Amino acid sequence: MRIRVVHETSYTYEQPARGLIQILRLTPRDHDGQYIRRWRIDTSVDGRLTAREDGFGNVVHWFTPDEPADALVIRVTGEADTDDTHGVVRGAVERLPDPFYLRDTDFCGTSPELHALAQSAATGAADPLTMLHRLMDTVHRTVRFEAGPATAAVPAAKALAAGCGNPQDIAHVFIAAARHLGIPARYVAGYRARDDGEAEVEAPHGWAEALVPNLGWVAFDAVHDVSPSEQYIRLAMGLDYLGAAPIRGSRTGGGTETLDVKLRVEQGRAAVQC
Amino acid sequence: MKSMAAAAFDEMTGMGGIADPATLRDAYGRLKAWLDSTPPEHFNTRRSQAELLFRRIGITFAVYGDTESTERLIPFDIIPRVITRPEWDFLERGLKQRVTALNMFLKDVYGAQECIKAGIIPADLVYKNAHYRMEMRNFRVPHDLYVHIAGIDIVRTGEKDFFVLEDNARIPSGVSYMLENREVMLRLFPDLFSKHRVAPVENYPDALLATLRSLAPTSATRDPTVVLLTPGRYNSAFYEHSFLADKLGVELVEASDLFTKDDVVYMRTTEGPRRVDVIYRRLDDDFLDPLVFRPDSVLGVPGIMNAYERGSVTLANAVGTGISDDKAVYSYMPDIVRFFTGEEPILHNVPTYRCREKEAFAYVMDNLSELVVKEVNGSGGYGMLVGPHASKREIDDFAKKLRHAPDGFIAQPTLSLSTCPTFVASGVAPRHVDLRPFVLCGADQIRIVPGGLTRVALKEGSLVVNSSQGGGTKDTWVLDA
Amino acid sequence: MLSRTADNLYWLSRYVERADFVARILDAAHRLAALPSSYGGGETNEWESALASAGDPELFKPHYSVVNADTVCDFLAFSPHNPSSIRSCIEAARENARSVRTALTTEMWDAINGAWLELRSYAGRDLNRDEFGRFLDWVKTVSLTFDGSAFRTMLRNDSFWFTRLGTAIERADNTARILDVKYQILLPQDEKIGGSLDYFQWTTILREVSALTAYHWVYRESVKPLLVADLLILNKQMPRSFANCYGVIVEYLDLIADAYGRRGPSQRFAGNLLAKLESEDIDRIFSTGLHEFVEAFIAENNRVGEAIAKQYLVG
Repeated sequence: MRIRVVHETSYTYEQPARGLIQILRLTPRDHDGQYIRRWRIDTSVDGRLTAREDGFGNVVHWFTPDEPADALVIRVTGEADTDDTHGVVRGAVERLPDPFYLRDTDFCGTSPELHALAQSAATGAADPLTMLHRLMDTVHRTVRFEAGPATAAVPAAKALAAGCGNPQDIAHVFIAAARHLGIPARYVAGYRARDDGEAEVEAPHGWAEALVPNLGWVAFDAVHDVSPSEQYIRLAMGLDYLGAAPIRGSRTGGGTETLDVKLRVEQGRAAVQC
Repeated sequence: MKSMAAAAFDEMTGMGGIADPATLRDAYGRLKAWLDSTPPEHFNTRRSQAELLFRRIGITFAVYGDTESTERLIPFDIIPRVITRPEWDFLERGLKQRVTALNMFLKDVYGAQECIKAGIIPADLVYKNAHYRMEMRNFRVPHDLYVHIAGIDIVRTGEKDFFVLEDNARIPSGVSYMLENREVMLRLFPDLFSKHRVAPVENYPDALLATLRSLAPTSATRDPTVVLLTPGRYNSAFYEHSFLADKLGVELVEASDLFTKDDVVYMRTTEGPRRVDVIYRRLDDDFLDPLVFRPDSVLGVPGIMNAYERGSVTLANAVGTGISDDKAVYSYMPDIVRFFTGEEPILHNVPTYRCREKEAFAYVMDNLSELVVKEVNGSGGYGMLVGPHASKREIDDFAKKLRHAPDGFIAQPTLSLSTCPTFVASGVAPRHVDLRPFVLCGADQIRIVPGGLTRVALKEGSLVVNSSQGGGTKDTWVLDA
Repeated sequence: MLSRTADNLYWLSRYVERADFVARILDAAHRLAALPSSYGGGETNEWESALASAGDPELFKPHYSVVNADTVCDFLAFSPHNPSSIRSCIEAARENARSVRTALTTEMWDAINGAWLELRSYAGRDLNRDEFGRFLDWVKTVSLTFDGSAFRTMLRNDSFWFTRLGTAIERADNTARILDVKYQILLPQDEKIGGSLDYFQWTTILREVSALTAYHWVYRESVKPLLVADLLILNKQMPRSFANCYGVIVEYLDLIADAYGRRGPSQRFAGNLLAKLESEDIDRIFSTGLHEFVEAFIAENNRVGEAIAKQYLVG
């Protein structure tokens, strides 16, 4: 499938913001089933944009405007060809040893309830892959996806208690539970094309990957209860949402910030023509 | 519990406690004579004078009259703790070896990982540890040094028996007490100093500054700019931060005084931005850079990690040294020392049961009333069970915690820490002590000021020396014969 | 020096100076309010003008229903809602001092920390007129002790210079505020209303800036409004005059510029303002409008303050 992405993030500040730094994890890398044809990041103000690789192997851009800015638009345009690998992620850049992905974080910490959830999914499963699919299913049914205005991610235990959450929260619950079971798991941020073919998408998506013996990393999207297909583009990974966040920033001054996201994830033939 | 004190090695009288003057150890000869000949009222007077002096010396820094100032008024005991020169030489060799090994270990776990491949330490112990910072992988810190300022906690149990209790390789504190305790002693008891040849500690700030300057990145000028980064006035150790900045003659900066531009760290001065080369930071990794670590940190400097990774600034200590403070990692230190230095460890560890290991766990559960159980990431004496001093109920509660997460704990036999004569309400009596020497590891050499901070458990029989748990401090004398 | 350190030193001395000023205003108001109305005394007017000189009436309104001795004294001396109350000033001064503890000499720290500790024995309880008078005297002693300790103990480097700049900028503003509120009694048309009536007002203005004796030394005449204005605006010998304050400001800004090897907007603005003051003449000021002149000066002084902040204190 060919997927075209136009992702615009606009910030408006009450007063010009000084010392602005934006960290962008907005550049996907190639791996089996994901080939980036073209990809670029543009900014509405002049500044310094430098690329480097973070500890996970993500491509990270640091953007610092030359002058204080009262508005900033970060525009990502790109095109990728994808194949359905049934969620199996091969040939990706791997920089960290597997046990690293067993580590608890603030977002993916432990709780007795998470422990119980993990155990219930694990009981009777013949092999890790079955176990993980059952876990995805359980998480999907237990933590309902709540569409609507973007909310800040919460710790997995809290999301589980609430019984609903945004894609980050749902992925966190899956990750925390998988780690309980001794399975390395991680968070993935990316884009997902809609099932109905519409191009307008509310926000970037997030899901999880878990390490299955003899198979490698396999992706699980508990929001949609599927292993990601050719509809998905992987942008970045981390121990949790924080490490893979598409944009992290800081500034001094500037007053209140207004954020606006416009995202089009277009798929199929229409894209081929351009 | 009084049996503990009686059984412990007394640093003045040797085995058998203070009741047996026949075995008086040489180093304490003059001190003992002084203790015997001084009437108790005199000690009382001196102690109030000491209090006054602390306020007056501290007046330059302390903000007395504040509620926050309670923090710095840790009880001070006027009887010094004595270490002989040969004992110190032994400790010094051991400390140098240990800190050298720590640095090699850190370089390795963030680089080639030979010690993991060789099975010296289990991989998950390193990787699952929150203090293992993946941001530090595969970039070389200036001069390959990670731990520049270490506080190694040492306990003594016999004439020749010294053990390392804990490695503090993040931001060890307490050195201001070492310096102030000496200052106060010099003023209170000039006579005692004329009778003893006490190795000076006053050069610590110079040694620290020389160490920090030696760590400057290669891009720095010949006169590198060193600053001390504090979390701010509300931090409990702020007094020490301002004290040290003043003694070092460097700026005491808060995060808002620093900013980064094009991967270089600058401080805001009245003469415009000034490039910073070395940051002695007294701020935890987690708060250092909101763009990389905790995003809600307002104490950090956005972009500082990038500058660090680009090699334009040195952070002392390096990021990610907390891995070696972990008490489970500690238990592997003897092997780590052997692996990296090819030598036998000079300073021994306290024997440690790792509750993550099945057999050890079973043993620990069966012997809780005899053991000291500690959280692998705990500090300050919290999250700790001292078996022999705990009630049945406390032990049961702790057992529950332990069963829930055995990986998070280690256990050690209850050591009878040595005792030192201490001036308490009932007069001069033995109290348990430990020692925290400060090891400075520069690009040029390792410097250790002879002595350190002696902490004393003021409660009779107590083994917990932490100031948060009723501990006090003493001046520490390294005596030339 | 760290910009933050300079900022703390600058504001430390501004707040000490302001506390002193507010104490003087209150002192003078008491004196005037106690006069029989035939001599120009009168409760309400005096307290209103004290409020206007030393505080922000907009901040006063939400907390008090009437303007009188009690409410104004409380607002200007102790109110936590008034950032310029003596109490707020001393607290803010100490907050700034704490932040730069190591940049201060022990004597300076003792002066300000001691004041802060002693403040507790006054604030939060009812003081009678006598006690209040002693409180005001004490506040003046605090500023004398602080200034004296700075003068006697500080190294003569940028730390000292920023401290003096804070004092001088605040002082210029304070003098201007008095003139801004009381300008009408200095104007010629008011003279007709009755000499003796305004006499006490004029002398009170002089008293507020402790310049009554100075006036006689300088002019060797009875108190006249034109000369009062001349003394407070143009006389370079008078420590609180615009001209003197700007002499000080320019001097220290120049020392800073020389030490740092770089000049900027604050040197330029302050230099221009001083030149303007030096070329003025009091008759001309009266003929073009005293009030307009004072208002323009307040704005210019603020502009210099902002320039100093931008050039040195924010970084």
